[in-house]
Amino acid sequence: MTSISSASPAFTGNDPQNRLYGPLPDVQGEAGYDDDHPARVGFFTDTSVCIGCKACEVACKEWNLLPMDDSHGTRDVIGLSGMSYDNTGQLGANSWRHVAFIEQVRTVDLPMPTMGPPSHVDAPRGTGHTGAPPADALGLGADEVLSAQTSVLNAEALSEFDPQTGQSGADKQVRWLMSSDVCKHCTHAGCLDVCPTGALFRTEFGTVVVQGDICNGCGYCVPSCPYGVINQRKDDGRVFKCTLCYDRLTDGLQPACATACPTQSIQFGNLDELQARADARLATLKAQGVETARLYGRDEDDGVGGAGAFFLLLDEPEVYGLPPDPIVTTRDLPAMWRAAAKGAAMIVGVALTAVLGSRRAR
Amino acid sequence: MTEGLTTPGAGWRRADGPPAQQRQKRRRRGNGRRGGEVPMVDEAEFTSYYGRPIIKPPVWKTPDVPLYLFLGGAAGSSAILGALSDLSGGPQLTRVARLVAGGGSIASVGFLIHDLGRPERFLHMLRVIKPTSPLSVGTYILSPFSAAAGATAAVELLGWFPRLKRFGGIVSGVFGGPMATYTAVLLANTAVPSWHAFHTKLPFVFGGSAMAAGGGICMALTPLSESAPARKMAIIGAGIELVAVHGVENDESVVSEPYHVGRAGRFMRAAKACSAAGLGLAVLGGRTRVGATVSGALLAAGSLLTRFGVFDAGMASARDPKYTVIPQRERIKAREDAGSITR
Repeated sequence: MTSISSASPAFTGNDPQNRLYGPLPDVQGEAGYDDDHPARVGFFTDTSVCIGCKACEVACKEWNLLPMDDSHGTRDVIGLSGMSYDNTGQLGANSWRHVAFIEQVRTVDLPMPTMGPPSHVDAPRGTGHTGAPPADALGLGADEVLSAQTSVLNAEALSEFDPQTGQSGADKQVRWLMSSDVCKHCTHAGCLDVCPTGALFRTEFGTVVVQGDICNGCGYCVPSCPYGVINQRKDDGRVFKCTLCYDRLTDGLQPACATACPTQSIQFGNLDELQARADARLATLKAQGVETARLYGRDEDDGVGGAGAFFLLLDEPEVYGLPPDPIVTTRDLPAMWRAAAKGAAMIVGVALTAVLGSRRAR
Repeated sequence: MTEGLTTPGAGWRRADGPPAQQRQKRRRRGNGRRGGEVPMVDEAEFTSYYGRPIIKPPVWKTPDVPLYLFLGGAAGSSAILGALSDLSGGPQLTRVARLVAGGGSIASVGFLIHDLGRPERFLHMLRVIKPTSPLSVGTYILSPFSAAAGATAAVELLGWFPRLKRFGGIVSGVFGGPMATYTAVLLANTAVPSWHAFHTKLPFVFGGSAMAAGGGICMALTPLSESAPARKMAIIGAGIELVAVHGVENDESVVSEPYHVGRAGRFMRAAKACSAAGLGLAVLGGRTRVGATVSGALLAAGSLLTRFGVFDAGMASARDPKYTVIPQRERIKAREDAGSITR
């Protein structure tokens, strides 16, 4: 019988290099599974085709029987966030998928198509370089044309002035970003490393799952997640997070969210296939001129050794509420224990000095 | 703000945000931070999702966890003091130190269990040994420590088994040092920015604080004829605590800021005032009954306030995305400058 470790590979004895971070080619093998374990699975969430329908959120809630909560994670409360169409607000114990909504503007340098400058009013009619009806046709003099232009411009400027952005709308572009966030199922998962009961464990699919009958609600995993995914259900005491539908996987089904997604923004599959697909998609978008597209969580050299659920984003990660450079804090654990050992030795040394010093004085 | 540095060429920014979310040059105010409330970094250029936190703040309850940190530290250093004083011959100090260690350790276990979401499952902590989890390692420090210290204090009170008492005292003394400093690793091994950034400094803050508290309490409760070792440990501990806290509070990074502002800032300032006053009084008047009692109480209060301050500063840093994003952006920038990644 193999024993399945719930700790980082560093201390399982399977890895001579004692790695607490960095890429791991065989996550399940490092955790103690036999060689015939299934391939590592994950999500590729392509936010460039997300339409923000929240079908993933609903499917997840239905399948996993998650309670209702408001945008602050308070259970059994209906609450509007008041900031966007996003009333889920964040990932948490009761929301394992969260669709982020971001409305962005940018100024664009458009030529003024409607009116020419006043000096051009007398230009020969019929050249059609302005969209306005010729002044003579309306029976107006030059002065009246000028004032009409001014008022039209003012009216237009006022009607399209956006008090929130402080800009007139004529030279503004708007875009919506939508992204379905989920547990990243990290290669080096902070929550898994720090769990003192073994409630969190690595499954044969390479995902990270909480065992509800073991968790004693110590809450250590909550601040240890660099993405703020896992959280405690207050009235229950235990912690909850995405299981990547472990129950469905064992029955050969796709996770609920990926099944419900109507645009294939959420793609489920073997991680290596998803990574290849994501690389191809990124290349396509770049070729189409989407310069801000980038993959997030794809890089196996990042602070968590690469994520099992990774994303194609159209802006910086923090715009979507994701940390720009997450690390698994266990990476620094040896340094911490060294410092703690020095601190403990310091206490013994000080106490020894105090006791011996006092004895000699007596 | 997503324009400029963060998104080259695109110029997109959030539609409903302020026209220009506070921009900033990373500038430190040289001497202007005397009052404590002045932030180290005036304005921050960072992006967030509607100002929401990125990481989840710890769900640990206050005052349970700060009290646990304080009691564990005081009990740990007292146990060492008790064991050494027992060996060198100071029966009254030994007795006080053993009672402080035993009482503190039992109370700290109580607070730790009360803080669990499912307290009745506290024994699940003993299912596994996980070197990657400071809480698991800490469980195997706390369990033998509190068992030994509690039993030693009990037989001290009852007057039974004198030889067993010495053995129990030494066992608790061996686990006392790790008991006092492992809690720093417990806090530092989280994604909480103002804890993790100081992962090599916090053990010394907690170690110094533990000595100030344990030494101070023992000094206050021990007859003057035998309280000299406790007084010396308290004085040295308070000095180490003040120096180590100074190192944490005056770091270049933005994550030092939570230690200065808000409730955490008030705790830290009060802690420094108590520790410094207790230190001074212990040096000057620690050989008098009143001086020993008052300075011991001040040092213990300083240690307690330090724990509350460190805890609160971490909570505040977790709630504000600024402290998560800015250091990570700086890390990326440093890597890019070093040319190790190309993006």
